[in-house]
Amino acid sequence: MTTQATLPRPAAKPLARLRDPAWYQEYGVYAAVAVVLLFNALFTEHFMTADNLRTQLVQVAPIVIVALGMALVIGTEGIDLSVGSTMALAAALLPLYLGYGLVPALLIALLAGAVVGAINGTLVSLVGLQPIVATLALFVGGRGLALVMADGQLKQIVNPDILALGTGSFLGIPTVVLIAGVLALAVAFLVQRTTFGRQIVAIGGNRSASALSGLPVKRVLIGVYILCGVMAALAGILATARLTASDPSSLGTLMELSAITAVVVGGTPLNGGSIRVLGTVAGALLMQLLRATLVKHDLPDSTAQIAQAAIIIAAVYVARERRSR
Amino acid sequence: MNKTQPATVPPAEAPAPLKSAPSRPEPRPERSTGSRIGALVQRQGVLAVLLTVILIASFVYPTFASVDNARGITVQASFLAIVALGMTLVIITGGIDLSVGSVFALGGVLAAWASPWGFFAALFVPLVVCGTIGLVNGLLIARANMAPFIVTLASLLAARGILLAFTDEGATTYLVPKDSAFAELGQGSVWGFGYPILIALALFGAGGLLLQRTSFGQTLFAVGGSSDAATLMGLPVARTKILVYTLSGLLAGLAGALNAARLSSGVTIVGVGMELDAISAVVIGGTLLIGGAGSISGTLWGVLLLAVIQNLINQIGSLNSSYQSVVSGGFLIVVVVAQRYLARSRRTT
Amino acid sequence: MAPTHATPPHPETAGAGAAVAEPVPVLEARSVSKRFPGVVALDDVSFALRAGEVHALVGENGAGKSTLIKVLTGVYQSDEGEVRVSGQPVRFARPFEAQQAGISTIYQEVNLVPLMSVARNIFLGREPKNRFGLIDFPRMNRETTELLDGFGVRVDPKRPLHTLGIGTQQMVALARAVSVQAQVVIMDEPTSSLEPREVETLFRVIENLRGQGIAVLYVSHRMDELYRICDRVTVLRDGRHIHTGELAPLERMQLVSMMLGRDMAEVRRDGLTGFAAEGHDAARTPVLTAKGLNRRHQLHGISVELYAGEVLGLGGLLGSGRSETAKALTGALPLDGGEITVDGKRLGRPTPAAAIRAGISMLPEDRKAEGIVPGLSVRENIVLAAMPRLSKAGIVSRAKQDRIVDIFMKRLRIKASSPEQKVGELSGGNQQKVLLARWLCLEPKVLLLDEPTRGIDVGAKAEVQSLIDELAREGLAVLLISSDIEELIEGADRIVVLRGGAVAGELAGDEVDESRLLEVLADHTPDTVNHTPDTVNRAPGAVLADRTPDAGPSDRTPHAAPGDHTPEPGGKAPAGQEDPR
Repeated sequence: MTTQATLPRPAAKPLARLRDPAWYQEYGVYAAVAVVLLFNALFTEHFMTADNLRTQLVQVAPIVIVALGMALVIGTEGIDLSVGSTMALAAALLPLYLGYGLVPALLIALLAGAVVGAINGTLVSLVGLQPIVATLALFVGGRGLALVMADGQLKQIVNPDILALGTGSFLGIPTVVLIAGVLALAVAFLVQRTTFGRQIVAIGGNRSASALSGLPVKRVLIGVYILCGVMAALAGILATARLTASDPSSLGTLMELSAITAVVVGGTPLNGGSIRVLGTVAGALLMQLLRATLVKHDLPDSTAQIAQAAIIIAAVYVARERRSR
Repeated sequence: MNKTQPATVPPAEAPAPLKSAPSRPEPRPERSTGSRIGALVQRQGVLAVLLTVILIASFVYPTFASVDNARGITVQASFLAIVALGMTLVIITGGIDLSVGSVFALGGVLAAWASPWGFFAALFVPLVVCGTIGLVNGLLIARANMAPFIVTLASLLAARGILLAFTDEGATTYLVPKDSAFAELGQGSVWGFGYPILIALALFGAGGLLLQRTSFGQTLFAVGGSSDAATLMGLPVARTKILVYTLSGLLAGLAGALNAARLSSGVTIVGVGMELDAISAVVIGGTLLIGGAGSISGTLWGVLLLAVIQNLINQIGSLNSSYQSVVSGGFLIVVVVAQRYLARSRRTT
Repeated sequence: MAPTHATPPHPETAGAGAAVAEPVPVLEARSVSKRFPGVVALDDVSFALRAGEVHALVGENGAGKSTLIKVLTGVYQSDEGEVRVSGQPVRFARPFEAQQAGISTIYQEVNLVPLMSVARNIFLGREPKNRFGLIDFPRMNRETTELLDGFGVRVDPKRPLHTLGIGTQQMVALARAVSVQAQVVIMDEPTSSLEPREVETLFRVIENLRGQGIAVLYVSHRMDELYRICDRVTVLRDGRHIHTGELAPLERMQLVSMMLGRDMAEVRRDGLTGFAAEGHDAARTPVLTAKGLNRRHQLHGISVELYAGEVLGLGGLLGSGRSETAKALTGALPLDGGEITVDGKRLGRPTPAAAIRAGISMLPEDRKAEGIVPGLSVRENIVLAAMPRLSKAGIVSRAKQDRIVDIFMKRLRIKASSPEQKVGELSGGNQQKVLLARWLCLEPKVLLLDEPTRGIDVGAKAEVQSLIDELAREGLAVLLISSDIEELIEGADRIVVLRGGAVAGELAGDEVDESRLLEVLADHTPDTVNHTPDTVNRAPGAVLADRTPDAGPSDRTPHAAPGDHTPEPGGKAPAGQEDPR
């Protein structure tokens, strides 16, 4: 299967570095994406077409957006289980406020994400709860709240502006993909070049050292969870737009798992102190392409899930090798 | 203050003096009353909340305090309880098992599939398969040193995948033969107590003994409290971890099988998100998610509390059933925040 | 005094008991070598431990002490050579096998389970069972009390370990070791976090062990202790065996020069520390004034004045409030009362950020837990606190960073392959210099140094000490906390001594000498030594087991919360710095 393909046996001396686990941690995810693409170019009909690739990118965009926020949170040695529920909340709020116009509705939906993030961040930083527990509460409660607000119903969205978000394109690139791409660049810049980003990484690497160095630990943590919540809300809006309906009961279910998977497969360690933005994007892409490949070859969903599991294990195994040296 | 006191009083009931005269060998310094009450509240606070909720509900909703309703709640809760029991043990070692929901569903499907071959097949097949999944989790975590969160996340997907592959992508639902001994296991009762309840209670009793009164239980605490120290003391850390994840898999599989017996079929869509319910129950029950401390009884109260909340929301007919998760989530926050502050005040007094 | 039940003969005891008279060593390493990628940690080292002796193992960091201990205790397997127990070649695959062969180790940081009770810790893995095969807790608690009584330690066996002081925790670890019928007890820097009183108890216990014919391998940097209790000494340097012999006839200087590999005359000329002999010219008005610092259970009205250009020593025993005072001055420890003024300006609500802005920098005591961010580069670790100053509109400037980093890497002689090397890969001394650079690049007015030379090798120690000297000469106000009395006396111009969270005295000018300091430190009036009312009843020399729960752990770790106590991977006792990985 494809997982095998990502671990080619070293043939000659120049390939000796392929024996080095660190290489896989660093470049494995990109190599895997390349291998999947190559495999499809050779063996799958109608895969390497503009249409299909476009579809894949459109589908992966919301996951990428959520995963970017998740990567920031994981960089602080945290985790956010509530992202799927946040998407549902945003989706539920959107139709309620569309009557006031597009911008207010969008702002309200994004604000909901910020509020969820602020609650998570407060519980983690000020109360001192473990991130899993803190975000578990809103994972459980958030979707319930969304359903209560939407009366448990699916609502069609007819606002053309919103729908344009889902289907429109700019210079031939779908708007959704464009947004995800811009966000990826923005997050990469944030992490690499801003004090906020470097502080996130430092806090994830050693919280008490950061606090003693005068870093605004609590503020940064709350900020990170707010960012993650806003990005999840944005993903919820985009997914709703593409769906042309607000469906808080199923939108974003298991999204936390997809996002965490993308981050981990992308090589960001779960114990914080390092954030790989490009790797996260590649991780999300890899899982998407893999699923698509299996679908195109008429392999059922069950196989796709098992394959995903195998890739997660492989990715973490490689990371483990690196850490133990 | 510490002149006369403890010599005649058994130490367990003599909490007052911090220190006793060194010349006397018998009495030992005891923990302060304050910290003991704190510990008691932290350990049994959930029970108090549970009882309060039940008491209030019984007054407000006459239908709540009926035997039938109580039976309904407990049967409903027994499956989650069995899953949460395994989760408690895992969390005490400082780990987590996200795969239990999928394993629960898989256990149910396998039990229903195997039930035509008889009672034992219906139990044996799911236990073997689910135990194996737990074993693999444990091996990857203990031997390959991978993070429990991510390993069990993968097996969550894998178990769901196996389930789908086994049921033609969820299209096939295996049925448990009517009136078979296995169906009886899920639906029958003794003195009005359904078998699942009795099994859950028996498992909790055994789990309590295992945790508190055996070396294995002590090792669980030690591994969760300080894995390095446990290793240096020569405790079988890896073996303990492998065992505990296997146990969690077994219990989830068993709960799934019992659930299938009760529903008479291997429903494929159950168990989604169950791992988080189980974790919620464990955390509400006072077990520390970082490991090293926790109790089986607390988990039982946590499970019951969740079940009572769910039941109450159903009682309040006018309420949207979505409120259940809102209230559960709210409860979770309140309980963990309260625990956090309790623990803090315990340290500073 | 000996724990009565702990002495049933071990299968292997028969031979070892006779070994007191015979030359067969209880534990022996023969031509042991151990290599790591790029490093030879042990090179053909032979070493023998006799029954009933206390044997010192000394050497600089990186000399191979920790590696040797790890080979002897089964943490590592040697590449060449063999380990013998009572003359029999053995090969331990795991630490536990060494323990079963009668070799127990007490690590620097106590390796027990903090959340579990004393009794459970002592009996973990070998709990007494009743006839139903279940754990017999009453018996376990009873035996624990008996065992600890034998050590003169009184503590409730049901009390969670983390509520005890470090010294008592160490006694519990020792009790565990002895109760598993140890033939050899290895102690790695056992006194590094003990109070003198606890040290006395430890020494009594060691004497006790010696009397029982148990061999003790004692690793320490503290010369006084070595000469007090050790019979023989083995010196390692750069992974090689340098010397083994009786300790008493060996002159201190000789020992130090063997450890350093430096000429005796050179050592004499430089002194034992890197401080210059003469003092500093201090200014007239204080830079930092702290008045009446109060914190429940920890600080009781501490007032300190610190002048530019001086090194003020902050003396006191562990738990006296030294580190707490430093932490309070930087806003890292919330205060119940008191006032901190820098250059006449009052610090409103002290937080680390506010203190840094006001010009106070603190080098924390625990380098690993509170200092370095191991995954980040040397550069990022240096600029960590200064990042906002080196950025514009929240965007970091690499050029500015590189400039600063270059200056400080040169000035402090930080040895790293490049500024981009991860700090976690550096030696302890270089990590400490990186942290100093982090604080110095903020251009502070006041520098608080909490145990700046603990756990770093002798060379780096001297460098850091002369740097402190230099900084004070340049006009910085330096507060130096050190449990190394020599360092305190040679380094400080003035010493404020704390006891029980209050100022006990101040030494200035000619008063700054060892005897005077010890006098103030060891003031024996009971009600001033300890403010807890129950001290009067304590047996003389008994370990202070009932310290207020929050005073014990919190002066060791930043996370007082037992729940937050995450044993740092790799940072554990077996001396991470020596680990070449």
